[in-house]
Amino acid sequence: MNNRTLEQKNPKGMTLIVKTITRLTVGLILLYGIYIVLHGHISPGGGFAGGVIIALCFIHLMLAFGREVALKKISQGVVSVLESFGAIMFLSIALLGFWGGYFFFNFFLHKGKPFELFSAGIIPLCNIAICLKVGAGLFAIFTVLVLFKGLGEKG
Amino acid sequence: MILPFFVIIPLGAAFLISLLGKKLKNFADLLANLATFSLLVFSLYSISQVFAHKILVYKVGSWIPPIGICMVLDGLTSFMLVTVNLVSFLVTIYSVSYMEKYTDKYRFYTLFMLMLAGMNGIIVTGDLFNLFVFLEIASIASYALVAFGTEAEELEASFKYAIMGSVASTFILLGIAMLYSYTSTLNMADISSILSGKPVNTIVGFVTVLFLAGFGLKAALVPFHGWLPDAHPAAPAPISAMLSGVFIKTLGVYALCRVFFNILTVSDRLVFVLIVLGLVSMVVGAFLAIAQNDIKRMFAYSSISQIGYIIFALGVGTPLAILGGLFHLFNHAVFKSLLFLNSGAIEYSVHTRNLEKLGGLNSRLPITGYTSLIGSMSISGIPPLGGFFSKLIIIIAAIQAGYFISATVAILVSIVTLAYYLKFLNFTFFGKLDELRLKIREVPWAMRLSMIVLAIICVASGLLIAPLFKPFLESAVNVLLLANGYKEAVFGALK
Repeated sequence: MNNRTLEQKNPKGMTLIVKTITRLTVGLILLYGIYIVLHGHISPGGGFAGGVIIALCFIHLMLAFGREVALKKISQGVVSVLESFGAIMFLSIALLGFWGGYFFFNFFLHKGKPFELFSAGIIPLCNIAICLKVGAGLFAIFTVLVLFKGLGEKG
Repeated sequence: MILPFFVIIPLGAAFLISLLGKKLKNFADLLANLATFSLLVFSLYSISQVFAHKILVYKVGSWIPPIGICMVLDGLTSFMLVTVNLVSFLVTIYSVSYMEKYTDKYRFYTLFMLMLAGMNGIIVTGDLFNLFVFLEIASIASYALVAFGTEAEELEASFKYAIMGSVASTFILLGIAMLYSYTSTLNMADISSILSGKPVNTIVGFVTVLFLAGFGLKAALVPFHGWLPDAHPAAPAPISAMLSGVFIKTLGVYALCRVFFNILTVSDRLVFVLIVLGLVSMVVGAFLAIAQNDIKRMFAYSSISQIGYIIFALGVGTPLAILGGLFHLFNHAVFKSLLFLNSGAIEYSVHTRNLEKLGGLNSRLPITGYTSLIGSMSISGIPPLGGFFSKLIIIIAAIQAGYFISATVAILVSIVTLAYYLKFLNFTFFGKLDELRLKIREVPWAMRLSMIVLAIICVASGLLIAPLFKPFLESAVNVLLLANGYKEAVFGALK
């Protein structure tokens, strides 16, 4: 019953099967993206890969439910702010390195220990900044491709 | 150390503008001008640093260079930094008024600052892959800036530019990948020292060709020039000024010099190719410029022709010729940005760039008229303006080196240059004024200011070869003459 009301509320998008599967998987994809970002310094992955996966989670939502639903979760304005914020965060972390004397200097906790989340100094922080920048950037590009239509196209 | 700030300041300004520019009015104007002004001050300060220390190497993150990335400040770096940041400061002043007619001015500044960060990064970096990354930052920002007006014509130009630019970037990346596989390092000085220890291999020749095509495309040398006459006119005037004034020189000429002179060695065959490319660009650019009726398109072809002079001088390769080439690079940056700003001022007041629809504007736009007279005379090589001296030095150096025919061609092309600039002045500022245009007024003060300052530099730049200022040029020339000694200089500075 609940599903049917959702279906009636959002007539756009793909079929019920796709929507149901999306609803089940989207959270897991987001979680996996966050995992990849946070463990970037001790296992394969990192800010770029994790950011792409996080962006894909929202793109997945947009494909299944139509663009309004996805943009209600995260609007263009928020994406734009997040993107700039990611870049500024990355630059500030690099600038904080001057505390240790050099640009990009790894100024605290800089002994990377295997399998330990809180190690490797500024690298996890850089990964988070890169994730914001890449994720927001990729989502923004996808949204722009969806929103703008070429000459002669209707919609 | 000031070196990382050449990248930090524009990059930080770019993202702060994109974050806050929409909400705070005039914030974008203010921050962009402040950023470019501080960059100009830093770059002037770098001259004194070069005189005090000869060469300075900055270790990013305190990693030792062959392992980490380093930034290098030497004579050539400081020379290019002054050129780029001088032009970009004056262009940002000009944009304050000029960009009013576009929506989303803050986005323009964001992209502009990103492009500037890329260009400064290319100049200061001492790492080959880092150079590629900055090159891509600058190129991608410039693709977007060319399309900034979002009219069909601008989008088409930008698309063409993006395709050709990506091909160039692919060539450069392929070249870097091959050098990396051959030498197992990406640090420029380290590559140079490993290459000098290895026997001559065809892979280096192949990499040379890849770099020549890649950087040649960015510099718009003649067989690779197709994107430039579309892209430069389509962009807003301040961006045309940046693209023609400093962009093609940083991404093209500077990178070409650094890679060929300091990393790979200059062979006789390469010298021959550079001279031929220079001469062909000179002649083809000049003759195509004569036929144009669009002011900016004419200037764009003229840029190709003048880049030909610079590459020709670098190909001749004697100390005097390199001095002439770099001097001409500086002069061209100044007068070509002045001329593009002039064309912007004309378009701003009259709303057309078509030479046939203009005329008699000198009475209505006196400052634009006189500054473009100075710019045009300087680029055509009329004494005592800066352009005369640089062309004279190039021609004398070519004769001394025994390139008689090439020197004659250079003189003849200079006359052709005078011809098309006279055409521009005649059709635009002299003749009869259209009655509908009696009421137009001179452009706003910010635009006037930057045009006047550029015109003054045009007149004064001849002084750069006076004994007092010559060391500034010579320290840049010495870096190129150092050739393979670059690696010892860099590693020596680290100890």
